[in-house]
Amino acid sequence: MKGTNLGEFQELVLLTIGSLHPEAYGVAIKEEIYAHTGRKVTLSTVHAALNRLEKKGLVKSDLGEATKIRGGKRKRYFTITAYGVRMLSEAKQQRESLWNSIPDIVFQVNLNGS
Amino acid sequence: MKTEKTHLPPKWAERVLEWYCRPGVLEDLQGDLHEFFDRNLENKGPFRAKVNYVIDVVKFMRPYTVKKLEILDNITTFIMFKNYFKTSIRSIGRNKLFSAINVIGLAISMSVCLLMISFLSEVFSYDNFHVDKDRMYRIMTSNQFLQEDPSDFASTSVLVGKRLQEEVPGIESSVIMRRNFGGDAKIGDKTIPISGIWAGEGFFDVFKAFPLIQGNPETALKEPYSIVLTEEAAVKLFGDEDPMGKIIQLRSENSYTVTGIVQKPPHNSHFTFETLGSFITYENERKKNSTGNYWISWNDIWSNYVYMVLEPNTSASQVNAALKAIQDEENAKNDRVNNYVKLQSIGAIMPGPDLSNNIGKSMNTSILWLLSGLTFIVILCAGFNYTNLSIARSLRRAKEVGVRKVVGASRKQVFSQFIVEAIIISLISLVFATLLFYVIKPEFLNLDGEIQEVAKIQTTPTLFIYFFVFSIVIGIMAGFFPAVFLSKLKAVKVLKDAGSTTLFKKINMRKVLIVVQFTLSLAFIISATIGYRQYKYALAFDLGFKTENVLNVRLSGNDANTVANAFRSIPEVTEISKSLMIPSIGNRYGNTLKYDDPMDSVTLYYNIIDENYIPLMDHDLVAGTNFESRPEQEKEEVIIVNEQVLKRFNIGTPDEAIGKQIQLGGGTNGNKVRIIGVVKDFHYAKISDGIKSFGFRYRPGEYDYLNLKINTNDIVGTMDKLKSAWLDIDDVHEFSAMFYDERIERAYSEFSVMFTIVGFLAFITISLAALGLLGMAVYTAETRLKEISIRKVLGATEGSLIKLLARGFMWLLIIAALIAVPATYFLFDSVVLAQSVNRISIGIIELMSGVVVIFAIGFLTIGSQTLKAAKSNPAETLRTE
Repeated sequence: MKGTNLGEFQELVLLTIGSLHPEAYGVAIKEEIYAHTGRKVTLSTVHAALNRLEKKGLVKSDLGEATKIRGGKRKRYFTITAYGVRMLSEAKQQRESLWNSIPDIVFQVNLNGS
Repeated sequence: MKTEKTHLPPKWAERVLEWYCRPGVLEDLQGDLHEFFDRNLENKGPFRAKVNYVIDVVKFMRPYTVKKLEILDNITTFIMFKNYFKTSIRSIGRNKLFSAINVIGLAISMSVCLLMISFLSEVFSYDNFHVDKDRMYRIMTSNQFLQEDPSDFASTSVLVGKRLQEEVPGIESSVIMRRNFGGDAKIGDKTIPISGIWAGEGFFDVFKAFPLIQGNPETALKEPYSIVLTEEAAVKLFGDEDPMGKIIQLRSENSYTVTGIVQKPPHNSHFTFETLGSFITYENERKKNSTGNYWISWNDIWSNYVYMVLEPNTSASQVNAALKAIQDEENAKNDRVNNYVKLQSIGAIMPGPDLSNNIGKSMNTSILWLLSGLTFIVILCAGFNYTNLSIARSLRRAKEVGVRKVVGASRKQVFSQFIVEAIIISLISLVFATLLFYVIKPEFLNLDGEIQEVAKIQTTPTLFIYFFVFSIVIGIMAGFFPAVFLSKLKAVKVLKDAGSTTLFKKINMRKVLIVVQFTLSLAFIISATIGYRQYKYALAFDLGFKTENVLNVRLSGNDANTVANAFRSIPEVTEISKSLMIPSIGNRYGNTLKYDDPMDSVTLYYNIIDENYIPLMDHDLVAGTNFESRPEQEKEEVIIVNEQVLKRFNIGTPDEAIGKQIQLGGGTNGNKVRIIGVVKDFHYAKISDGIKSFGFRYRPGEYDYLNLKINTNDIVGTMDKLKSAWLDIDDVHEFSAMFYDERIERAYSEFSVMFTIVGFLAFITISLAALGLLGMAVYTAETRLKEISIRKVLGATEGSLIKLLARGFMWLLIIAALIAVPATYFLFDSVVLAQSVNRISIGIIELMSGVVVIFAIGFLTIGSQTLKAAKSNPAETLRTE
């Protein structure tokens, strides 16, 4: 993909994994995203994103215990790696520094304009 | 909770997921999908949940979830191919005896199959060249007299052809044809015999694949006295001159004009012709000459043919319905004879059903089935050999399989290794088989004139492709069981205790295969013996008259007296008589016969003879006198009948019958004749048919044959004399003569062909079975060598050892005999020979001869090997341990 940059959706998934820790798995992540943002994403989208994150080394996954509820299939739990944490905080810092550099006047104009 | 339990994700969608999904990702995906499905079940109901599940399964098809393509696996197999090839060649080379047995067996039986393949492909290529062959049909007729069994004819009536052309819609083009056009053509002072068929105007519309090279297809056969020649005929008649528009004197000196030159029909056309005469000529002549309208009646179905091409949107059943209406209408006018007409597709003619009065070549479908069946049995036997020997030897190769599996070969790979090995054997065999094929091909073609007429068996590149594919198929089939068996072996078990016999429990199948092989061999031998005996029986059968040293000469249209006078001067010819036909070889002439009751008629089979015939053939006159020589052109007044006629009409004793009047011919044309003699019953037909009413008629001038009694020690010299005498009279027609005995032999050639083919196949199957048995015996002797040595050390005698080793095999042979003998007896007694009136009774000699042969061969094969094993020195075999 495009090097180490995080996509918007990938960042969202990564954050959700963090917030659900240590119970982050496919369906739960999808539900959490819906609860927080109201975005209806499909399972396959979430899975694709998780797969890509894992390939980039931002998350790692382990299979949990088998439960009855999933037709006897085990859950794959995702956790953020140290590298993932660094990427997240880097992204956060980039935004914050950008936020800070916006002059106050911009917000006022916007408020008035709307 | 209830709904959760009862509703599950659709099974098929789950299977799709399992099919495409990578194993590593699968479990998690399935779990998530299942969980999501359950949530949907609660929120949205079962239907939406299922739909969503399916949609998600489809959506999950992404590069990272889909399995690696199978091609990659196949590439590994492909790379391994080189290795399989190498090991196969090595294993073949290591076991020279077994490989030789396999190759020889397969090669012999494959050569028979190759012959069959080329024969079948040729027979099935018949009439494929026709344009619109899917829409091309002819009318066939079923002729039924009263309530007797109907007989099927390829021919039909002119009437149905006419009515078809006038009344039935949906026919694109049609043509009426008739046999027996031709005769002696005169051009200037040359006379050249030609043959041909009468063909109506539509001929070139129906048969577009017979194109006119010169002339107009629209008009070539339109006018009376038009004739169309093939290129060959044109060259024969006119040499290099342009034949178009030339005049040919033909059939009572009528002048025919050449209106076209047509390409000769290809070899694989079911009918062929040298010339075509316009059908309108025949019609006109008949209208002018004949008193009745029999030629265009519903009942004259003997020599006419109707071919047609249907319009594209017309179905055969529509035309059949129209034909049925015509048939019902016409049959209503007849009281005794019913004719049933229906369409026969051009593709179903050759090969096709057994029809009388074929216009050209015919080949019965059931004969093809029989031949293919026999061939299949032969190749089956060779396949059994391979299977048997491979499984027997699998003990030795089990370790190899074990090592391969440990190194990481999958079951599929081991399987393909052994299949490859079988294919290699099969391909090597193909090379030898092809050589053998060229050896047996001329033998097969020379078996019977009929075969030669139908097939040429030219080897074409396509044929070799068939051969190649065939040998690969055979390889796969022969190698299938050993490959399954070996690939199933568990590596751990094999390597831990390779000698353990528990691995080879299922080897009983080997015994079954041996029994099947020997049963088939026995059945073949017995069939060949019975066929041979029936043939000899037919030849030696007392027909009721003498055929020795009788030479039948065809007159070919010459005056009988002229030819007879010419032959009379040759001293070796002691007697001469004249006749219309030659009885007892399958041909018959028939007429209606009545006695005092005008409603009671019977078919009288007859021959027209002169006064010398009965003494020459040594027929036994029971009562009355022979014919007297009479001047020609006198009304037919007298007849000599056989005893059956008297029986049929209750005329009484032969002496009482003399002087009684009987009527020949039905209806108003009947002619009263007086019985002047009664001849003892004799076989005028083939001996498989019974004896019915037969009569000798006296009609001078209607002779086709001279019967010469020859007394000579120098047959060739006499024949030369006869030939030169013939050439003095007729230099146009060939001298055609054949000894009566030879004619009879030819008439029963079906039996000789049958026992030759079956005998040959018997020889092959026996050789195969013996080879297989040899292989098994060698193998058993080898594997049990140690056991034998120990027994010997402990004091067993050679005799007891042979008994021990041979007992198992002999049991198999006995079982085979117990199956084959009754089965073959039943087959011949109640099926093949059941309809023959005169037949051999199948006795113990016919049945047991085969058994004795098989047992002798079996015993020799097994005995030689077991003896070798039993004689071996125990010190040598045991020392190496």
